[in-house]
Amino acid sequence: MIELQNLSVAHRQGYDLRTVVHDVSLTVNAGECFGLVGPSGCGKSSLLWVMAGLNPHWAGTMQLAGHQAQPGKAFTGDLRRDVQMVFQDPYASLHPRHRLRRTLAEPLKLLKQDNINDRISAGLRHVGLDPALADRYPHQLSGGQRQRVAIVRALLLQPRVLLLDEPTSALDMSVQAEILNLLNQLKQQDGLTMVLVSHDPDVIDHMCDRAVQMAEGRIVGTRHAA
Amino acid sequence: MTAEPLIIAENLTIHSGTTPLVKPISFTLGRERVALVGESGSGKSLTARSLMGLLAPGLHLQARQLQVAGRDALALNEKRWGQLRGSELAMVMQDPKYALNPTRTIGWQVEEPLKLHHRLSRAERREKVAEMLAAVGLPQPTQLMTRYPHQLSGGMGQRVMLAIALIADPQFLIADEPTSALDHAMRDQVLALIRRLVEERNMGLLLISHDLQQISEHCERVMVMYKGQLLDSLPAAELPRATHPYTRTLWACRPSKATHGQPLPVLDRVALEKELEHD
Repeated sequence: MIELQNLSVAHRQGYDLRTVVHDVSLTVNAGECFGLVGPSGCGKSSLLWVMAGLNPHWAGTMQLAGHQAQPGKAFTGDLRRDVQMVFQDPYASLHPRHRLRRTLAEPLKLLKQDNINDRISAGLRHVGLDPALADRYPHQLSGGQRQRVAIVRALLLQPRVLLLDEPTSALDMSVQAEILNLLNQLKQQDGLTMVLVSHDPDVIDHMCDRAVQMAEGRIVGTRHAA
Repeated sequence: MTAEPLIIAENLTIHSGTTPLVKPISFTLGRERVALVGESGSGKSLTARSLMGLLAPGLHLQARQLQVAGRDALALNEKRWGQLRGSELAMVMQDPKYALNPTRTIGWQVEEPLKLHHRLSRAERREKVAEMLAAVGLPQPTQLMTRYPHQLSGGMGQRVMLAIALIADPQFLIADEPTSALDHAMRDQVLALIRRLVEERNMGLLLISHDLQQISEHCERVMVMYKGQLLDSLPAAELPRATHPYTRTLWACRPSKATHGQPLPVLDRVALEKELEHD
Protein backbone atom coordinates (compact mmCIF):
# COMPACT_ATOMS: atom_id res chain seq x y z
CA MET A 1 0.00 0.00 0.00
CA ILE A 2 2.89 2.33 0.85
CA GLU A 3 6.36 1.96 -0.56
CA LEU A 4 9.19 4.34 0.22
CA GLN A 5 12.64 4.00 -1.30
CA ASN A 6 15.69 6.03 -0.27
CA LEU A 7 13.47 8.82 0.88
CA SER A 8 15.08 11.91 2.37
CA VAL A 9 13.19 14.85 3.78
CA ALA A 10 14.37 18.44 4.15
CA HIS A 11 12.99 21.54 5.82
CA ARG A 12 13.49 25.09 4.62
CA GLN A 13 15.65 27.12 6.94
CA GLY A 14 16.04 30.60 5.58
CA TYR A 15 17.46 30.15 2.07
CA ASP A 16 18.84 26.69 2.87
CA LEU A 17 17.37 23.25 3.03
CA ARG A 18 18.28 21.17 6.06
CA THR A 19 17.91 17.42 5.60
CA VAL A 20 16.27 15.83 8.63
CA VAL A 21 15.42 12.34 7.32
CA HIS A 22 18.06 10.33 5.44
CA ASP A 23 17.54 7.41 3.01
CA VAL A 24 14.52 5.78 4.57
CA SER A 25 13.09 2.73 2.80
CA LEU A 26 10.03 0.92 4.04
CA THR A 27 6.90 -0.88 2.88
CA VAL A 28 3.51 -0.96 4.53
CA ASN A 29 1.07 -3.70 3.50
CA ALA A 30 -2.64 -3.13 2.96
CA GLY A 31 -4.75 -3.41 6.12
CA GLU A 32 -1.73 -3.12 8.36
CA CYS A 33 -1.01 -0.77 11.24
CA PHE A 34 2.59 0.37 10.87
CA GLY A 35 4.39 2.27 13.60
CA LEU A 36 7.12 4.92 13.64
CA VAL A 37 8.61 5.36 17.10
CA GLY A 38 11.47 7.46 18.42
CA PRO A 39 12.38 10.44 20.63
CA SER A 40 11.45 14.06 19.83
CA GLY A 41 13.31 15.41 16.83
CA CYS A 42 14.15 12.01 15.31
CA GLY A 43 12.31 12.83 12.08
CA LYS A 44 9.28 10.56 12.49
CA SER A 45 6.77 13.37 12.13
CA SER A 46 8.70 14.91 9.23
CA LEU A 47 8.43 11.58 7.41
CA LEU A 48 4.71 11.39 8.07
CA TRP A 49 4.16 14.96 6.86
CA VAL A 50 5.77 14.04 3.56
CA MET A 51 3.50 11.00 3.23
CA ALA A 52 0.56 13.33 3.88
CA GLY A 53 1.74 15.62 1.06
CA LEU A 54 2.30 18.53 3.44
CA ASN A 55 6.01 19.02 2.76
CA PRO A 56 7.18 19.05 -0.90
CA HIS A 57 10.91 19.08 -0.03
CA TRP A 58 11.74 15.42 -0.37
CA ALA A 59 13.75 13.16 -2.66
CA GLY A 60 13.58 9.47 -3.51
CA THR A 61 10.57 7.44 -4.61
CA MET A 62 7.24 7.24 -2.85
CA GLN A 63 4.29 5.13 -3.86
CA LEU A 64 1.05 5.68 -1.95
CA ALA A 65 -2.14 3.65 -2.46
CA GLY A 66 -1.14 2.87 -6.04
CA HIS A 67 -0.13 6.41 -6.98
CA GLN A 68 3.41 7.53 -7.71
CA ALA A 69 4.01 10.81 -5.85
CA GLN A 70 6.37 13.41 -7.32
CA PRO A 71 8.71 15.52 -5.18
CA GLY A 72 7.86 19.23 -5.15
CA LYS A 73 4.29 18.65 -6.33
CA ALA A 74 1.14 18.96 -4.25
CA PHE A 75 -1.09 15.92 -3.88
CA THR A 76 -4.13 16.19 -6.16
CA GLY A 77 -7.15 14.16 -7.22
CA ASP A 78 -7.45 10.58 -6.02
CA LEU A 79 -4.09 10.64 -4.25
CA ARG A 80 -5.20 13.58 -2.09
CA ARG A 81 -8.38 11.73 -1.26
CA ASP A 82 -6.81 8.37 -0.56
CA VAL A 83 -4.31 9.65 2.00
CA GLN A 84 -5.72 11.44 5.02
CA MET A 85 -4.18 12.52 8.28
CA VAL A 86 -5.16 12.98 11.93
CA PHE A 87 -3.03 15.50 13.81
CA GLN A 88 -1.61 15.50 17.30
CA ASP A 89 -3.45 18.35 18.90
CA PRO A 90 -7.23 18.12 18.66
CA TYR A 91 -7.43 21.68 20.00
CA ALA A 92 -5.49 23.12 17.06
CA SER A 93 -6.70 20.93 14.21
CA LEU A 94 -10.32 22.11 14.06
CA HIS A 95 -11.25 25.65 12.99
CA PRO A 96 -12.22 27.43 16.24
CA ARG A 97 -14.78 29.79 14.65
CA HIS A 98 -16.52 27.26 12.40
CA ARG A 99 -19.19 24.87 13.55
CA LEU A 100 -18.14 21.26 13.11
CA ARG A 101 -20.65 20.79 10.28
CA ARG A 102 -18.89 23.49 8.25
CA THR A 103 -15.44 22.01 8.91
CA LEU A 104 -16.62 18.52 8.02
CA ALA A 105 -18.60 19.60 4.95
CA GLU A 106 -15.80 21.59 3.31
CA PRO A 107 -13.94 18.73 1.55
CA LEU A 108 -17.24 17.05 0.63
CA LYS A 109 -18.51 20.23 -1.05
CA LEU A 110 -15.25 20.52 -2.93
CA LEU A 111 -15.69 16.97 -4.23
CA LYS A 112 -19.32 17.80 -5.17
CA GLN A 113 -20.71 14.94 -3.09
CA ASP A 114 -24.43 14.58 -2.46
CA ASN A 115 -26.26 14.10 0.86
CA ILE A 116 -23.52 15.88 2.76
CA ASN A 117 -25.53 16.16 5.99
CA ASP A 118 -26.38 12.46 5.95
CA ARG A 119 -22.74 11.56 5.43
CA ILE A 120 -21.70 13.76 8.35
CA SER A 121 -24.34 12.22 10.63
CA ALA A 122 -23.33 8.72 9.62
CA GLY A 123 -19.66 9.56 10.12
CA LEU A 124 -20.23 10.91 13.62
CA ARG A 125 -22.29 7.85 14.55
CA HIS A 126 -19.51 5.64 13.17
CA VAL A 127 -17.07 6.91 15.82
CA GLY A 128 -19.63 6.83 18.62
CA LEU A 129 -20.65 10.51 18.68
CA ASP A 130 -24.13 12.01 18.71
CA PRO A 131 -24.87 13.54 15.24
CA ALA A 132 -26.33 16.58 17.03
CA LEU A 133 -22.75 17.56 17.93
CA ALA A 134 -22.26 18.73 14.32
CA ASP A 135 -23.87 22.05 15.23
CA ARG A 136 -21.41 22.81 18.00
CA TYR A 137 -18.14 24.71 17.99
CA PRO A 138 -14.88 22.85 18.78
CA HIS A 139 -14.46 24.58 22.17
CA GLN A 140 -17.75 23.05 23.32
CA LEU A 141 -16.29 19.55 23.05
CA SER A 142 -13.90 17.63 25.28
CA GLY A 143 -10.43 16.65 24.04
CA GLY A 144 -11.48 13.07 23.32
CA GLN A 145 -14.58 14.20 21.40
CA ARG A 146 -12.49 16.61 19.34
CA GLN A 147 -10.04 13.87 18.40
CA ARG A 148 -13.00 11.71 17.34
CA VAL A 149 -14.23 14.57 15.13
CA ALA A 150 -10.74 14.88 13.61
CA ILE A 151 -10.93 11.16 12.80
CA VAL A 152 -14.38 11.61 11.22
CA ARG A 153 -13.01 14.47 9.10
CA ALA A 154 -10.34 12.17 7.72
CA LEU A 155 -12.67 9.19 7.25
CA LEU A 156 -15.43 11.10 5.45
CA LEU A 157 -13.27 11.10 2.33
CA GLN A 158 -13.08 7.30 2.47
CA PRO A 159 -9.29 7.23 2.42
CA ARG A 160 -7.30 4.04 1.95
CA VAL A 161 -4.41 5.23 4.08
CA LEU A 162 -4.86 6.96 7.42
CA LEU A 163 -1.83 8.76 8.86
CA LEU A 164 -1.87 9.37 12.60
CA ASP A 165 0.59 11.86 14.13
CA GLU A 166 0.64 11.24 17.91
CA PRO A 167 -3.15 11.00 17.95
CA THR A 168 -3.40 10.43 21.71
CA SER A 169 -0.46 12.24 23.28
CA ALA A 170 -2.56 15.29 24.17
CA LEU A 171 -5.21 13.13 25.85
CA ASP A 172 -5.68 11.55 29.27
CA MET A 173 -4.69 7.92 29.68
CA SER A 174 -8.34 6.86 30.04
CA VAL A 175 -9.43 8.81 26.93
CA GLN A 176 -6.39 7.48 25.06
CA ALA A 177 -7.73 3.96 25.67
CA GLU A 178 -11.08 4.93 24.11
CA ILE A 179 -9.44 6.44 21.00
CA LEU A 180 -7.07 3.48 20.52
CA ASN A 181 -10.02 1.08 20.79
CA LEU A 182 -11.88 3.15 18.19
CA LEU A 183 -8.91 3.08 15.79
CA ASN A 184 -8.56 -0.69 16.14
CA GLN A 185 -12.27 -1.12 15.51
CA LEU A 186 -12.11 1.09 12.38
CA LYS A 187 -9.12 -0.83 11.12
CA GLN A 188 -11.03 -4.10 11.38
CA GLN A 189 -14.33 -2.78 9.99
CA ASP A 190 -13.02 -0.71 7.10
CA GLY A 191 -9.76 -2.52 6.36
CA LEU A 192 -7.84 0.75 6.70
CA THR A 193 -4.09 0.93 6.33
CA MET A 194 -2.68 3.03 9.14
CA VAL A 195 0.67 4.63 9.85
CA LEU A 196 1.00 5.62 13.49
CA VAL A 197 3.66 7.96 14.85
CA SER A 198 4.26 8.01 18.58
CA HIS A 199 7.02 8.63 21.10
CA ASP A 200 5.35 6.15 23.46
CA PRO A 201 6.62 2.61 22.75
CA ASP A 202 3.68 1.16 24.70
CA VAL A 203 1.15 2.73 22.33
CA ILE A 204 3.10 1.41 19.34
CA ASP A 205 3.34 -2.09 20.82
CA HIS A 206 -0.37 -2.12 21.54
CA MET A 207 -1.48 -0.87 18.12
CA CYS A 208 0.99 -1.89 15.47
CA ASP A 209 1.61 -5.11 13.58
CA ARG A 210 5.07 -3.90 12.60
CA ALA A 211 7.05 -0.84 13.62
CA VAL A 212 10.41 0.80 13.06
CA GLN A 213 12.50 2.67 15.56
CA MET A 214 13.94 5.97 14.33
CA ALA A 215 16.81 8.08 15.64
CA GLU A 216 18.48 11.14 14.12
CA GLY A 217 16.62 10.84 10.84
CA ARG A 218 17.36 7.17 10.18
CA ILE A 219 15.70 3.85 10.82
CA VAL A 220 17.74 2.13 13.51
CA GLY A 221 15.70 -0.98 14.28
CA THR A 222 12.43 -2.84 13.94
CA ARG A 223 9.84 -3.88 16.50
CA HIS A 224 7.45 -6.76 16.04
CA ALA A 225 4.13 -7.50 17.65
CA ALA A 226 4.21 -10.30 20.20
CA MET B 1 8.76 11.66 58.37
CA THR B 2 7.52 14.03 61.05
CA ALA B 3 4.01 13.67 62.40
CA GLU B 4 3.27 17.36 61.87
CA PRO B 5 1.35 17.74 58.59
CA LEU B 6 2.43 20.55 56.26
CA ILE B 7 -0.95 21.01 54.63
CA ILE B 8 -4.35 20.45 56.21
CA ALA B 9 -7.48 20.97 54.12
CA GLU B 10 -10.90 20.36 55.55
CA ASN B 11 -14.08 20.60 53.45
CA LEU B 12 -12.33 22.58 50.73
CA THR B 13 -14.61 23.73 47.92
CA ILE B 14 -14.00 25.86 44.83
CA HIS B 15 -16.83 27.59 43.00
CA SER B 16 -17.00 29.52 39.77
CA GLY B 17 -20.04 31.73 40.38
CA THR B 18 -22.57 29.18 41.59
CA THR B 19 -21.07 26.20 39.73
CA PRO B 20 -19.14 23.92 42.06
CA LEU B 21 -15.81 22.87 40.50
CA VAL B 22 -14.39 21.13 43.55
CA LYS B 23 -16.91 19.64 45.96
CA PRO B 24 -16.04 19.40 49.67
CA ILE B 25 -12.78 17.47 49.95
CA SER B 26 -10.54 16.95 52.97
CA PHE B 27 -6.95 15.77 53.13
CA THR B 28 -3.68 16.26 55.00
CA LEU B 29 -0.22 16.17 53.47
CA GLY B 30 3.03 15.69 55.36
CA ARG B 31 6.63 15.10 54.38
CA GLU B 32 5.65 12.32 52.03
CA ARG B 33 5.16 11.78 48.29
CA VAL B 34 1.47 11.94 47.45
CA ALA B 35 -0.06 11.72 43.99
CA LEU B 36 -3.29 13.39 42.91
CA VAL B 37 -4.75 11.67 39.87
CA GLY B 38 -7.81 12.12 37.72
CA GLU B 39 -8.83 13.02 34.19
CA SER B 40 -8.78 16.55 32.74
CA GLY B 41 -11.46 18.62 34.37
CA SER B 42 -11.56 16.59 37.55
CA GLY B 43 -10.37 19.58 39.61
CA LYS B 44 -6.93 18.25 40.50
CA SER B 45 -5.02 21.28 39.17
CA LEU B 46 -7.48 23.67 40.81
CA THR B 47 -7.00 21.94 44.14
CA ALA B 48 -3.23 22.20 43.81
CA ARG B 49 -3.37 25.85 42.78
CA SER B 50 -5.61 26.70 45.72
CA LEU B 51 -2.86 25.40 48.03
CA MET B 52 -0.53 27.98 46.48
CA GLY B 53 -3.11 30.79 46.64
CA LEU B 54 -3.04 30.95 42.85
CA LEU B 55 -6.69 30.58 41.92
CA ALA B 56 -7.78 32.68 38.96
CA PRO B 57 -9.93 35.70 39.82
CA GLY B 58 -13.58 34.72 39.68
CA LEU B 59 -13.02 31.41 41.43
CA HIS B 60 -14.03 31.25 45.07
CA LEU B 61 -12.41 29.09 47.68
CA GLN B 62 -14.19 28.04 50.84
CA ALA B 63 -13.03 25.67 53.53
CA ARG B 64 -13.69 24.87 57.16
CA GLN B 65 -9.94 24.82 57.61
CA LEU B 66 -6.99 25.32 55.27
CA GLN B 67 -3.54 25.31 56.83
CA VAL B 68 -0.42 25.67 54.73
CA ALA B 69 2.99 25.34 56.39
CA GLY B 70 1.52 26.11 59.78
CA ARG B 71 -0.35 29.21 58.65
CA ASP B 72 -4.06 29.81 58.17
CA ALA B 73 -4.24 30.13 54.38
CA LEU B 74 -7.78 31.51 54.47
CA ALA B 75 -6.58 34.64 56.27
CA LEU B 76 -3.44 35.32 54.23
CA ASN B 77 -3.29 38.52 52.20
CA GLU B 78 -1.43 38.76 48.91
CA LYS B 79 1.78 40.00 50.56
CA ARG B 80 1.87 37.11 53.03
CA TRP B 81 1.21 34.64 50.21
CA GLY B 82 4.15 36.17 48.39
CA GLN B 83 6.39 35.44 51.36
CA LEU B 84 5.12 31.89 51.60
CA ARG B 85 5.40 30.98 47.92
CA GLY B 86 8.90 30.05 46.96
CA SER B 87 10.22 29.90 50.52
CA GLU B 88 7.83 27.36 52.08
CA LEU B 89 5.91 26.05 49.08
CA ALA B 90 6.93 25.83 45.46
CA MET B 91 5.33 24.67 42.26
CA VAL B 92 6.53 23.13 39.01
CA MET B 93 4.20 23.72 36.09
CA GLN B 94 3.33 21.49 33.19
CA ASP B 95 5.03 23.09 30.23
CA PRO B 96 8.37 24.95 30.49
CA LYS B 97 7.65 26.59 27.11
CA TYR B 98 4.90 28.67 28.69
CA ALA B 99 5.90 28.82 32.34
CA LEU B 100 9.37 30.33 31.93
CA ASN B 101 9.77 34.01 31.12
CA PRO B 102 10.99 34.17 27.49
CA THR B 103 12.66 37.58 27.93
CA ARG B 104 14.90 36.76 30.92
CA THR B 105 17.99 34.59 31.13
CA ILE B 106 17.94 31.26 32.95
CA GLY B 107 20.34 32.66 35.56
CA TRP B 108 18.06 35.60 36.31
CA GLN B 109 15.01 33.40 36.68
CA VAL B 110 16.66 30.85 38.96
CA GLU B 111 18.14 33.65 41.07
CA GLU B 112 14.86 35.52 41.59
CA PRO B 113 13.53 33.43 44.54
CA LEU B 114 16.84 33.99 46.36
CA LYS B 115 16.55 37.76 45.92
CA LEU B 116 13.01 37.65 47.27
CA HIS B 117 13.45 35.29 50.20
CA HIS B 118 17.09 35.32 51.29
CA ARG B 119 19.65 37.99 52.19
CA LEU B 120 22.71 36.95 50.23
CA SER B 121 25.36 38.86 48.34
CA ARG B 122 25.35 38.79 44.58
CA ALA B 123 28.35 36.46 44.43
CA GLU B 124 26.77 34.08 46.94
CA ARG B 125 23.56 34.03 44.95
CA ARG B 126 25.36 33.27 41.72
CA GLU B 127 27.25 30.46 43.40
CA LYS B 128 24.01 28.97 44.75
CA VAL B 129 22.36 29.21 41.32
CA ALA B 130 25.26 27.34 39.73
CA GLU B 131 25.09 24.66 42.46
CA MET B 132 21.33 24.28 42.01
CA LEU B 133 21.61 23.97 38.22
CA ALA B 134 24.24 21.29 38.67
CA ALA B 135 22.02 19.51 41.25
CA VAL B 136 19.17 19.20 38.73
CA GLY B 137 21.58 17.56 36.31
CA LEU B 138 22.25 20.40 33.88
CA PRO B 139 25.74 20.46 32.37
CA GLN B 140 27.92 23.59 32.32
CA PRO B 141 25.79 25.68 34.72
CA THR B 142 27.76 28.93 34.32
CA GLN B 143 27.24 29.02 30.55
CA LEU B 144 23.62 27.98 30.95
CA MET B 145 22.90 30.96 33.21
CA THR B 146 23.31 33.33 30.25
CA ARG B 147 20.96 31.35 27.99
CA TYR B 148 17.28 32.08 27.28
CA PRO B 149 14.43 29.56 27.62
CA HIS B 150 13.96 29.13 23.84
CA GLN B 151 17.53 27.80 23.60
CA LEU B 152 16.67 24.82 25.84
CA SER B 153 14.96 21.52 25.07
CA GLY B 154 11.81 20.50 26.95
CA GLY B 155 13.65 18.26 29.39
CA MET B 156 16.23 20.97 30.17
CA GLY B 157 13.44 23.53 30.61
CA GLN B 158 11.71 21.28 33.10
CA ARG B 159 14.96 20.90 35.05
CA VAL B 160 15.33 24.68 35.13
CA MET B 161 11.81 24.99 36.52
CA LEU B 162 12.70 22.48 39.20
CA ALA B 163 15.82 24.51 40.05
CA ILE B 164 13.67 27.66 40.40
CA ALA B 165 11.23 25.81 42.65
CA LEU B 166 13.85 24.32 44.94
CA ILE B 167 16.48 27.05 45.21
CA ALA B 168 14.93 28.81 48.23
CA ASP B 169 14.67 25.48 50.11
CA PRO B 170 10.89 25.12 50.37
CA GLN B 171 9.36 22.39 52.53
CA PHE B 172 6.69 21.37 50.08
CA LEU B 173 6.72 20.95 46.31
CA ILE B 174 3.65 20.81 44.10
CA ALA B 175 4.33 19.39 40.65
CA ASP B 176 1.45 19.81 38.19
CA GLU B 177 1.94 17.17 35.47
CA PRO B 178 5.66 17.94 35.30
CA THR B 179 6.32 15.32 32.64
CA SER B 180 3.35 15.40 30.29
CA ALA B 181 5.02 17.84 27.87
CA LEU B 182 8.10 15.59 27.63
CA ASP B 183 8.74 12.54 25.52
CA HIS B 184 8.76 9.07 26.93
CA ALA B 185 12.46 8.65 27.67
CA MET B 186 12.67 12.03 29.43
CA ARG B 187 9.67 11.35 31.65
CA ASP B 188 11.27 8.76 33.87
CA GLN B 189 14.49 10.75 34.16
CA VAL B 190 12.77 13.95 35.28
CA LEU B 191 10.49 12.13 37.69
CA ALA B 192 13.35 10.17 39.22
CA LEU B 193 15.18 13.48 39.65
CA ILE B 194 12.21 15.12 41.40
CA ARG B 195 11.90 12.13 43.68
CA ARG B 196 15.60 12.08 44.56
CA LEU B 197 15.75 15.81 45.35
CA VAL B 198 12.55 15.67 47.41
CA GLU B 199 13.89 12.73 49.41
CA GLU B 200 17.31 14.31 49.94
CA ARG B 201 15.77 17.52 51.24
CA ASN B 202 13.12 15.75 53.32
CA MET B 203 10.32 17.65 51.59
CA GLY B 204 6.69 16.88 50.95
CA LEU B 205 5.56 16.33 47.35
CA LEU B 206 2.17 16.56 45.73
CA LEU B 207 2.45 15.13 42.23
CA ILE B 208 -0.41 15.66 39.81
CA SER B 209 -0.52 13.13 37.04
CA HIS B 210 -2.75 10.84 35.06
CA ASP B 211 -0.17 8.13 34.59
CA LEU B 212 -0.77 5.58 37.32
CA GLN B 213 2.19 3.35 36.48
CA GLN B 214 4.51 6.29 36.95
CA ILE B 215 2.89 7.09 40.28
CA SER B 216 3.12 3.55 41.59
CA GLU B 217 6.88 3.74 41.07
CA HIS B 218 7.53 7.12 42.60
CA CYS B 219 4.84 7.93 45.18
CA GLU B 220 3.73 6.56 48.54
CA ARG B 221 0.07 7.54 48.58
CA VAL B 222 -2.53 8.21 45.87
CA MET B 223 -5.67 10.33 45.93
CA VAL B 224 -8.09 9.88 43.03
CA MET B 225 -10.39 12.70 41.89
CA TYR B 226 -13.34 12.58 39.52
CA LYS B 227 -15.58 15.57 38.69
CA GLY B 228 -14.43 17.55 41.71
CA GLN B 229 -14.78 14.78 44.25
CA LEU B 230 -12.20 12.70 46.05
CA LEU B 231 -13.26 9.19 45.02
CA ASP B 232 -10.54 7.01 46.39
CA SER B 233 -7.41 7.21 48.51
CA LEU B 234 -4.95 4.36 48.86
CA PRO B 235 -1.27 3.51 49.28
CA ALA B 236 0.50 3.56 45.89
CA ALA B 237 1.69 0.00 46.38
CA GLU B 238 -1.96 -1.12 46.49
CA LEU B 239 -2.75 0.31 43.02
CA PRO B 240 -2.64 -3.06 41.20
CA ARG B 241 -5.19 -4.35 43.73
CA ALA B 242 -7.40 -1.23 43.79
CA THR B 243 -11.02 -1.98 44.65
CA HIS B 244 -12.71 1.17 43.38
CA PRO B 245 -13.84 0.58 39.76
CA TYR B 246 -12.67 4.00 38.59
CA THR B 247 -9.18 3.53 40.00
CA ARG B 248 -9.09 0.02 38.58
CA THR B 249 -9.92 1.19 35.05
CA LEU B 250 -7.36 4.02 35.24
CA TRP B 251 -4.79 1.42 36.25
CA ALA B 252 -5.70 -1.09 33.54
CA CYS B 253 -6.26 1.22 30.55
CA ARG B 254 -2.58 1.65 29.76
CA PRO B 255 -1.65 0.03 26.43
CA SER B 256 1.32 -2.32 26.17
CA LYS B 257 2.71 -5.16 24.13
CA ALA B 258 0.62 -7.60 26.19
CA THR B 259 -2.64 -5.88 25.20
CA HIS B 260 -1.91 -5.99 21.44
CA GLY B 261 -5.02 -6.95 19.50
CA GLN B 262 -7.30 -6.70 22.52
CA PRO B 263 -9.64 -3.86 23.37
CA LEU B 264 -8.47 -1.76 26.32
CA PRO B 265 -10.76 -1.38 29.33
CA VAL B 266 -12.57 1.96 29.26
CA LEU B 267 -14.55 3.86 31.86
CA ASP B 268 -18.21 3.14 32.29
CA ARG B 269 -19.07 6.81 32.77
CA VAL B 270 -22.81 6.24 33.01
CA ALA B 271 -22.43 3.81 35.93
CA LEU B 272 -19.95 6.16 37.57
CA GLU B 273 -22.33 9.13 37.38
CA LYS B 274 -25.11 7.04 38.90
CA GLU B 275 -22.91 6.02 41.79
CA LEU B 276 -21.93 9.64 42.43
CA GLU B 277 -25.57 10.69 42.55
CA HIS B 278 -26.23 8.12 45.28
CA ASP B 279 -23.47 9.47 47.49
